[in-house]
Amino acid sequence: MLKTRLIAISLLVASVLVGYFAVQVKDTKFPYKFGLDIAGGTHLVYRADTSQIDSTEISDSMSALRDVIEKRTNLFGVSEPLVQTEVGSSLEGNQKEHRLIVELPGVTDIGEAIKMIGQTPSLEFKLAKETQTEIPETATSTGEQVSQRIYINTGISGRLIEKAQLEFNPTSGEPAVSLTFNSEGKDLFAKITGENVGEILAIFLDNQVISSPVIREVIKDGKAQISGGFTPQEAKILVRDINYGALPLPIELISTQSVGASIGTETLDKGVHVALYGLLVVIIFLILWYRLPGLLAAVSLLIYISLVLSVFKLIPITLTSAGIAGFILSIGMAVDANILIFERLKEELKSGRDIDSAVREGFSRAWLSIRDSNISSIITAVILFWFGTSLVEGFALTFGLGVLVSMFTAITVTRSLLLAISPKKDTKLKKKLFNSGINFSDF
Amino acid sequence: MTLWTLDFRLTIMFVIKNKKIFFILSGILVTASIFIIAMFGLNFGIDFKGGSILEVAYIDVEHPSVEQLKVDLQELNLGNFTVQETVFSDTQDEGIILRTRDLSEEERATIVSIISQEKKYQIEEKRYNSIGPVIGKELKGKALWAILIVVLAIILFVAFAFRKVTEVANSDNKVSSWKYGFAAIIALVHDVLIPTGIFALLGHYFITYQIDTVFVMAALAILGFSVNDTIVVFDRIRENLTIAKKETFEETVGKSLRQTVTRSVNTSLTTLIVLLTLYFWGGEATKQFALILSIGVVVGTYSSIFLASPLLTLFQKKK
Repeated sequence: MLKTRLIAISLLVASVLVGYFAVQVKDTKFPYKFGLDIAGGTHLVYRADTSQIDSTEISDSMSALRDVIEKRTNLFGVSEPLVQTEVGSSLEGNQKEHRLIVELPGVTDIGEAIKMIGQTPSLEFKLAKETQTEIPETATSTGEQVSQRIYINTGISGRLIEKAQLEFNPTSGEPAVSLTFNSEGKDLFAKITGENVGEILAIFLDNQVISSPVIREVIKDGKAQISGGFTPQEAKILVRDINYGALPLPIELISTQSVGASIGTETLDKGVHVALYGLLVVIIFLILWYRLPGLLAAVSLLIYISLVLSVFKLIPITLTSAGIAGFILSIGMAVDANILIFERLKEELKSGRDIDSAVREGFSRAWLSIRDSNISSIITAVILFWFGTSLVEGFALTFGLGVLVSMFTAITVTRSLLLAISPKKDTKLKKKLFNSGINFSDF
Repeated sequence: MTLWTLDFRLTIMFVIKNKKIFFILSGILVTASIFIIAMFGLNFGIDFKGGSILEVAYIDVEHPSVEQLKVDLQELNLGNFTVQETVFSDTQDEGIILRTRDLSEEERATIVSIISQEKKYQIEEKRYNSIGPVIGKELKGKALWAILIVVLAIILFVAFAFRKVTEVANSDNKVSSWKYGFAAIIALVHDVLIPTGIFALLGHYFITYQIDTVFVMAALAILGFSVNDTIVVFDRIRENLTIAKKETFEETVGKSLRQTVTRSVNTSLTTLIVLLTLYFWGGEATKQFALILSIGVVVGTYSSIFLASPLLTLFQKKK
């Protein structure tokens, strides 16, 4: 008896602490994390064009692409951007679609966001060949030679550059941009420069010539320098464009989702209010129907909610409106566990047991139903999570976690509290407090 | 009181004895749902078929008329599109919801400038979704798979969880655990088909009632609930089968139903309370979810009492 009360009291004390942790929203190390639909932001899905590269290189290129985009979003000061790759399970054809998912919290100007990611700024090196064309002498012109440049693809592109750096010529103080190629680029660059000494190797950014340096000698170490003719500012931009602008793969925007911050805040406010009202009505119902155990159920429900919220904070789980819906639904499951226990308790009391043994027996018998029904819920949650879109994932995660925690609180909290208050001696009043509602099987 | 409960006891046995009435009622509802789905088709949301939805609020009180916008947008070669007037609940601003095929960034920018009439009116883009057809198709496939796998997983789980049910029962009451699983699945299909039928009907008349990811999410939650309810009753049947050696299977099922009906109704009621508060006072995003699920909970409670368990007695007889 004393032991059960001690357990119950320490449980209550612990719960108060957990509850305090859950409601603390300001100045905490563990703030709640909200998804784009609540905090506002933009969700972009790009398709990467992997047709030009070898299939063995796809995953490397995709992670390089992710890194580049991530750097770029960081550069623009987006807080906690999420950039991830995904393989689409295309249902027709063998070609799997490779995608890049970019989430930009707080960015609601879609045009700006898309510009920030950039639509495939491609960096290419092309050989320039001068061809002389003679314009025939006419009345107006005097037979000049017009030179025309033809650019020939070399296969050297941004994909092959490891990094670009801003440098200054030690003697002239002129700004220069030094490029370092990766190993594949190094070989190709050596080959191209070796074969074309004296020619112009033009650098293209987005199909625009940004620099036309002349190849002076064969370059074998995979390092190149672009110099001459630009201001330090221009050189700096060029470095940025090459470093952050050289996407290893061309990408194409295929899906955009954007939510203004005000709509999201409203969803959250309403969600919290609804949860509170719903909870209040449920608690009133439980107390009216189940009396003293109902009050315990209300307490254990509050403990359950604080626990789940704390888990959300600690992991942390990104809360979306779907996630909140999943959580609210899991409250329903937590109530169900209590209802199952109490209905069973009532039956055991009717069959003539004293309160203490009725609690133990009622609990152990209800447990099978709670376990089986919750396992089926968890199976559903796991499959939903696998279903995979961010919306459904959010729902499945909070719902599944909620159900797991509700099983835990049903075993520990509700049981300990019930045992702690079950009296040694049954009186009519006490039995009345434990009994309740309309029981269909007792006559 | 006694008379009333006696009445109720009879009522539960009435369910078992007259199960055909309820089978026919469920049959009619399910057939009607299938018929509606076949006739009207499903009104898929943009996340399943691809397309764009743009919600724009006018900050100023004055704004161009919908007719004007329609005329201007007509020139853009957008195919079929709809413009709907709306009032945003967060700021009370009036605005429009535009639904079109999926858009490129250039097209979006052009549309936004049309909506603001070349920045004559101050606007705020509240929400913009554009989903390519490939992603939509993929999602639809995934959703279908998810539902099929949930159904399969549940039938396996029920068959597994009740694997000992034939051992405990006396020789007359032996019903294979697969039949329990099968009865659960019939109830489950029933519970999902009816809300889908209702949504097909609503979607035919109102564009906002769509079969989208939110719907699938709700449908899967209904699956979970439906099987929960059914499992609780089956659990009780299993327990009663071990005690009752002389009762017939029908009597045992009736008794189990009677013992669990309060729980079924109470649980559904509390869930329904939460869902209805979510529907009436929740944000737009969760409104549809709450509606589908509410329908599902009502249908699910009905089927766990009037369909799944009576079906078991039918299966037992067929043996």
